[in-house]
Amino acid sequence: MINFHVNGRPVSVDVEDDTPLLWVIRDVIGLTGTKFGCGIGMCGACTVHVGGRPTRSCITPVGNIPGAEVTTIEGLDPEGRHPLQKAWIDLQVPQCGYCQSGQIMQAACLLKDFPAPTDQDIDGVMTGNLCRCMTYVRIRKAIKRAAAELRRGASND
Amino acid sequence: MVHREVSDTTIGAPAGSDPVKRASTLSVFKRLLIGAFALGCLGLLSFFGLAWRPAIAPIAPPPPQSFAPELIAKGEALAGGGYCAECHTAKVGQKFAGGYPMPTPFGVLYSTNITPDPETGIGTWSEAAFARAMHEGVARDGSHLFPAFPFDHFTKLSDDDVKALYAYFMTRPPVRAPAPANTIPFPLNIRALQEGWKILFFRSGRFEPVAGKSAEWNRGAYLALGLSHCGACHTPRNLLGAEKANEAYAGAVVDSWAAPALTAANPAPVPWSQEELFRYLHNGVTAFHGIAAGPMSPVIHGLASLPDADIQAIASYFSDIDHAADRMAAADPAVARAMSYARLASGRHWEPGARLYAAACASCHYNSGRIPLVDRPDLALHTPLNLPDPTNLIQVVLRGVGANEGIPGVVMPGFSALSDADIAQIAAYLRSTRTSLPPWRDLEAKVASIRRSALSTQ
Repeated sequence: MINFHVNGRPVSVDVEDDTPLLWVIRDVIGLTGTKFGCGIGMCGACTVHVGGRPTRSCITPVGNIPGAEVTTIEGLDPEGRHPLQKAWIDLQVPQCGYCQSGQIMQAACLLKDFPAPTDQDIDGVMTGNLCRCMTYVRIRKAIKRAAAELRRGASND
Repeated sequence: MVHREVSDTTIGAPAGSDPVKRASTLSVFKRLLIGAFALGCLGLLSFFGLAWRPAIAPIAPPPPQSFAPELIAKGEALAGGGYCAECHTAKVGQKFAGGYPMPTPFGVLYSTNITPDPETGIGTWSEAAFARAMHEGVARDGSHLFPAFPFDHFTKLSDDDVKALYAYFMTRPPVRAPAPANTIPFPLNIRALQEGWKILFFRSGRFEPVAGKSAEWNRGAYLALGLSHCGACHTPRNLLGAEKANEAYAGAVVDSWAAPALTAANPAPVPWSQEELFRYLHNGVTAFHGIAAGPMSPVIHGLASLPDADIQAIASYFSDIDHAADRMAAADPAVARAMSYARLASGRHWEPGARLYAAACASCHYNSGRIPLVDRPDLALHTPLNLPDPTNLIQVVLRGVGANEGIPGVVMPGFSALSDADIAQIAAYLRSTRTSLPPWRDLEAKVASIRRSALSTQ
C-alpha cells in the first residue's frame, strides 16, 4: 500500500512500487485530465505537481512519492478558475487540447518561480512541453496575461 | 632414513661429489626447516592467543522499565545521528532486525539483529558486552566483528553515550530474525584474523578534544569522527578496507556513488561555509549546493534527530577542514557565472545535448535573476557536475530523486528511458557549458555500467 495525497485528498493505492504515477492517477484514482504523451518524460503532457513542483508523472514511480502531495489539473483551482485557466479560455489557446493540462500545470509553477516571466524565462521553463498543434504563441500570451492578473491580485492583497 | 635421502638426492649429482658432506648440509637445512615450522606454529599460536577475547556471560534481558526514559531518549537521538537503522534494517524487514546486505570487495556481509531478542538479537548482551562491541569491535561471544561495523569510529564514543545507546536498543521491541550467512570466503571468514586488521589499522580510544579549538569545533569533531562516522564514506580505503589515515576526507567511491572530498579539494564552486553546511545537513538542500541524494539522504534523516546545536557543530568542524573561510572570495563570482550559464537553457539548439537538456531538464533546472531558486536546483553550482567523475550526475539522471530525499516531498523522476547515448550527451553538454573543467571520458560506457549496477540493486 502506498499512501499519498491527490488534490488534498488522502489516497491509498495497492499497486507495484514501480507503477508510474500517471497510471495511478488515471486508472486507479480515475482523474483523466492528465494525459499520456510520450511515456519517457520528454513531452510534458503528463505534468502534475508533486510537492508543488512540476513533475512528469509518466516516469515517476509511485513508490518514490510516499506521503507526497500531488496536484493534478483537476485540483489546480477548486472551480477551474485559476488565472491561467481563465487566460487559456479568454485567448482560446488550445486547438486539439491534448497537451494543455500539462502546459497549464507547468506554467503554474513557472509563475510561482518567476512572477513576471520574460520570453526567455517562458522558453527556458516551457520548452519541455510540446504542442503538436503549435499553439506556442498563444501559450506565451496566456502566460503573460495570467502573470499580470496574479500580480494585480498580489498587489491588492 | 638419512641414507635413503642421500641416495635419492644424489641421483644425477655430478661425479665426485661427497655424499657425507651433502648429508650433513641437508640435515642442517632440515633442522632449519623444522625450526622455521616451529617458529611459525608458535607465531600462529601467539597470534590466536592475541586474537582471543573472552565471551562475556549472557544475561537475562533487562526489563525495559529498568532504563530511565531520559537515557532512552538520548540514545534514540544518538542512534539517529549514527544512522544505526540504515545498516541494521533490511529493505523489507523490521527496524534494527538486521539482514541488510553490504557488498564488500571480499563478499557480502549481512548486518546483525540489534533488537533485544535473546536468541537472534542482543537480548542477552550486558552493557559491558555492548560497550566492548562499540569500542573494540568484539561480539559478546568473544568473536571479532568485521569492520563493516564502524567500530573504528564508535571507539571514540564516550561511555555515557554508549550507555544511552544501550538503553535505547534494549528497550526496542525484540524481533526474532536470524541474520543470513555472510558470503566472505575462507580464510577471510576466520574472525580471529580480524585481529591482524586491528593491529594494523585500529586504534582503540575515546575522543580527545583538540586544545586551541572551540568547544563547538570539538563537539563537531567528536560527532564526525565518532558517532556519525563521516570518514566511513568520505575517506578512501586501502586494499584491506581500512580508511587511509593520511587521506582523511579526501573523497571515495561508495555504493556506486562518489562521496566528494570534504577538504579544500571539494570541487563545489561555492565553498562550504559553516552556514551552508548547516543548511544542507539540516534541510537536505541549499540554493548554492543543491540536494542530498543517494547514500547522503539517510545522513540528513539521521542527523535530524540530533539537536540543531550538534548539526551546527558538525558544520563548524567541516568548514574548518575545508578551509572555507580562505576561499569565500570565490563564492559571488561563481554564483554570477552560474546564473549566466542558466540563461543558456534555450540556446545552442544545434547541439543534441542542448536540445535534450532543454526538453528533459530545463523545466525544473532553469534559473534566471541574481541567485538560483532553492526549488530550481542549479546544476552549475552543484557538486556532481564539478567532480572529476560523472558518476553522481549519471546516478541522479537514471534513478531520479525520491520524495524522501533532497527537498522533502518533491521528486525528480529518473530518466532511465533515455538511451545511454542521450544521457552521455546531456552530461557532456552540461560539463562543457557549465564548468571550465576537462571533459569526462567514456561517458556512454559509464552510463551503461551505472545503469547495470542500478538495475542489479533494485
